[in-house]
Amino acid sequence: MVLGPNGAGKTTLLNSISGVARPTSGTILFDGNDITGARPEQVVRMGLAHCPEGRQIFQRLTVEENLVAAHVGRAGKSFEALRSDVFDLFPILKERRNGMASRMSGGQQQMLAIGRALMAEPRLLMLDEPSLGLAPKIVQQIFHIVLDLSKSGISILLVEQNVQLALECGDYAYLLNNGTVRLHGPAQELAEHAAISEHFLGGASETLLHG
Amino acid sequence: MLGTIIQQVFNALTIGSIYALIALGYTMVYGVLRMINFAHGEMFMLGAYAAFVILTLLIGDIGNAGVVILALVFFAAVIVVGLIGVGVERLAYKPLRHSNRLAPMLSSLGVSLSLVTAVQIVAGPQPIGFPSFFPSTRFDVLGGTVTSVQIGILIAALVLMVALYTLVNRSRAGIIVRAVSESRPTAQLLGINVNLAISLVFFAGPVLGAAGGILYASYYGIMSPTMGAVIGLKAFTAAILGGIGSIPGAMLGAFILAFVEVAGTALLPALTGGLLGTEYRDVLAFAILILVLLVRPAGILGEPVSEESMVYKREF
Repeated sequence: MVLGPNGAGKTTLLNSISGVARPTSGTILFDGNDITGARPEQVVRMGLAHCPEGRQIFQRLTVEENLVAAHVGRAGKSFEALRSDVFDLFPILKERRNGMASRMSGGQQQMLAIGRALMAEPRLLMLDEPSLGLAPKIVQQIFHIVLDLSKSGISILLVEQNVQLALECGDYAYLLNNGTVRLHGPAQELAEHAAISEHFLGGASETLLHG
Repeated sequence: MLGTIIQQVFNALTIGSIYALIALGYTMVYGVLRMINFAHGEMFMLGAYAAFVILTLLIGDIGNAGVVILALVFFAAVIVVGLIGVGVERLAYKPLRHSNRLAPMLSSLGVSLSLVTAVQIVAGPQPIGFPSFFPSTRFDVLGGTVTSVQIGILIAALVLMVALYTLVNRSRAGIIVRAVSESRPTAQLLGINVNLAISLVFFAGPVLGAAGGILYASYYGIMSPTMGAVIGLKAFTAAILGGIGSIPGAMLGAFILAFVEVAGTALLPALTGGLLGTEYRDVLAFAILILVLLVRPAGILGEPVSEESMVYKREF
């Protein structure tokens, strides 16, 4: 779990891991393999799916076509099997499978974005702000599903601004600001950390920004 | 009077379907790469030359070719040009994909000139007579004369457009092409083979353009190395008019352009008392291009590009 204010570098971190952005220094290891500078399609093939900020679903494709697009040319489980897994997870997608993706609500689009990422059969799923612009009730629903996914054996790397909710769900958290890790530790410990509560749950932020 | 109108409608449909076949190539390439492929008019020209060469090589005497042979030659020629299209993209556009947006467009201008010159060197700069791919008979439809060549062109163009539409909307290849058209970064992120999608477009566009070239050369009975220049610009106008990037838009724009041209050519001399003659046909087409660019750059079916959508799609 990666937390931090706007402009902290959370999205850049995910983009660097998935190969969309090229890191200027450092190495990225996944399962002990160096994936620094690998192209996005190679990263996906290694079992690392990135569900980008702002969902970025294909608006002009139907729900099902969005899933097809993420599966074309992929080895592994058949499209039908993966699709039925996604439909089990998000029944609303099954209902609207032939509808245009642009006609769905924000929450449904987020579900589609996660479902589409799952078509790659990821071992690690990176979610960038899945709660962005969604009603609290929908956010709860999506987080429940994400928790289920993590229980089913998929590692989740979550980037969130909704810190309270994220700390309730996650295991281990990194706090990022200005491109560097400021704090890290088990979610429960961080939740009790003074700086976090001051910074994110109201109060002065000075200590954190300089500390 | 009715006879004349029917005859003119068929003229417009014939030339419109040829514009449409070419316009589809412009619009699809713009869709995936946001570039105008100025060498696309040359695919139209190469189609005619490829068909002519294959025909001459296969059977020395062009006059006696049967229907099956002609159909085979047609398909062989369009596939050859499709492969040329893929090769041109690999050689001249792909290395420039990550540079300035203008670079591949300028490169396409260079490709256009090179192809015209190459054909001029090999086949000579003078126009060459082209055999008709359709038997030539004339029908009388309610007083107007319609030729079998026109009917053949209409049917061939229709079949090709329906095939493209089905491919784009129903096949998995079509889905990835549409996905890449909507957002290349997202497609890449999902592991979609973006190069494959681009190659497919650079195959399909020239195939349709080449088909247009063969049909056009059959219609007028002549081909020349520079035949793609003006027609290419007209088809580009049609793509802009319909909304560049939109496949139905390209077809719609092509037929509207053809009808305006045909009607204009028929009516201009009468309306201006002989001041403006039929030679203003091309002026009419390009006046439309300028008008659309001034008034509605997004075209008829194109999506207006809003500031918001640009920001939203640019980065994650």
